[in-house]
Amino acid sequence: MNKAPRTRGQVLVALGLVMLALLIAIVLFGPVIAPYSPSKTSPGSLAGPTAAHWLGTDSIGRDVLSRLIIGGRTTLVITSAAVAIALTVGLILGLICGYVGGWVDLAVMRVLDIIFAFPVFLLAIAVVAALGPTLRNLIITIAIVYTPTLARVVRAPVLSVKRWDHVEAARSIGVGEVAIALRHVLPLVISPVLVQTSLTLANTIFTVTALSFLGLGPPPPDPNWGSMLAEARQFMELAPLTVIGPATAIVFASLTFIVLANGLREVLDVTASR
Amino acid sequence: MKPQLLQVRDLCVTFPSRLGRPPVHAVMDVSFDMLPGETLGLVGESGSGKTTTGRAILQLQPSSAGTVSLLGHSITALGGGALRAMRRHMQLVQQNPYSSLHPRMTVARILAEPLTVHRSVPRTQIPERVAELMNLVGMDPAEVSRYPHEFSGGQRQRIVIARALAVNPNLVICDEPVSALDVRTQAQIVDLLHSLQAKLGLSYLFIAHDLAVVRAVAHRVAVMYGGRIVELGAAAQIYRNPAHPYTRALLDAVPQPDPARQRAKLAEAAPETNFSVPSSATCAFGTDHAATGTAQWHEVAPDHFVSCHFWPHGSGCQR
Repeated sequence: MNKAPRTRGQVLVALGLVMLALLIAIVLFGPVIAPYSPSKTSPGSLAGPTAAHWLGTDSIGRDVLSRLIIGGRTTLVITSAAVAIALTVGLILGLICGYVGGWVDLAVMRVLDIIFAFPVFLLAIAVVAALGPTLRNLIITIAIVYTPTLARVVRAPVLSVKRWDHVEAARSIGVGEVAIALRHVLPLVISPVLVQTSLTLANTIFTVTALSFLGLGPPPPDPNWGSMLAEARQFMELAPLTVIGPATAIVFASLTFIVLANGLREVLDVTASR
Repeated sequence: MKPQLLQVRDLCVTFPSRLGRPPVHAVMDVSFDMLPGETLGLVGESGSGKTTTGRAILQLQPSSAGTVSLLGHSITALGGGALRAMRRHMQLVQQNPYSSLHPRMTVARILAEPLTVHRSVPRTQIPERVAELMNLVGMDPAEVSRYPHEFSGGQRQRIVIARALAVNPNLVICDEPVSALDVRTQAQIVDLLHSLQAKLGLSYLFIAHDLAVVRAVAHRVAVMYGGRIVELGAAAQIYRNPAHPYTRALLDAVPQPDPARQRAKLAEAAPETNFSVPSSATCAFGTDHAATGTAQWHEVAPDHFVSCHFWPHGSGCQR
């Protein structure tokens, strides 16, 4: 390991990881950190910031900070679960399509193209509306929407890596095709996939909150950043913090993954394969 | 008569037509035998089908016709597990040691892979065997935890050779094994291949365009041109007495380091012949082989064969 001065990419990755740690802390320790229960009302609705309620209260007197923390938990869990599914399916499909090629590739990629052809929101709204707005359906919907992107990002480098000499060497040694795909191809295509996954996380946060904003998110009593924005919208002039709070949280969370993606792109040197 | 190690009969490789271009007959009716412990040099210019022949023998490239038998078993019809099991007997050393090693695997893992695939040694003895292989190719066994990029080209090629030898193959197909290396390293790798052959009784199919290197390693030489073997014989015989005009042109192309002798050689070199379209069926004498058919094999001398319509009349006329 060299001790060269830190590059821009390394700084970005470090910053992204610190921001990510904050988000993970919210998810893991949310109920412990939150000063109040998210559904507990206290006298005085739409109050400004006080020592008791740092970010004030909402229209029925619930603590905005507590709802922000607990709501962030919901939003981030939906986001990461959806991206985890999309990544898993995308990796499998992309690897199979790129490595096997032929009609399998053609068939699977055309189906993914069809999904890809729809605008994200139109498709998400249609699927959620068809399946019903539950937490599980929201996760499935978002996973479906983002699978084609990830599958493509896996497939493209697989197409070139599978022609590299060391793959032919492995084949001539007698390594099985599945082992070649997993051991000799997959590890070499992972860099662009990491970057794209991070970007997808950022996009997914917007998608999750937007769908919740439109009322297609998890049902009302549980807070999430999207539904909080929707509820607070009508009282924006009276209590600006009820809007600024969730809006800042959304921007912060997606910025985390954008910073991370940009850092990873430079550190992993995605354009140069070797 | 020693038992045959490798028997190649009428091997053809045809790449199907794509985008309206005609199909490419990369390898046509290639036949030869190899004995255990023998080195056969396969020479020819770029595009003559040397590498494709090697890949087709290894079953890395489907052949369109012909058979390949290894140790008496036909391997052209094998597939899946049976073929993978036969791969233990034939291994490949590729041209470019910078791309033929997995960049994210340590040398230990690279060398252990063939051992685990073929279960040739018990799992607990793998580190021991890996160290043995490192010694065999003249490398320090202490360096096995390093990655390929930490080694020089020559060292990497030694690792590639060690990987090929891991499962004790009978036949090693060396596809231009030294042409990506600098000249000094080339000599070292050639020496290594020599000593390994003496020690392990290996057979090499040595594919190269560098006639000097082939001369240093090969017992017999096969000259390929336009997908066919045009001349086949003992190395000494071919270098001293080339029968096919293409072989002669290849040998004439080897530069002489002494300018006076180079000038003298050029003065009496074979007249300019058009070998620029190796994929066409036109031969050195301007005859279209597609019309006249493939030339007969003639035995020039014991174990020295040439495929040419004009032999013996044409063989002497050019000098």
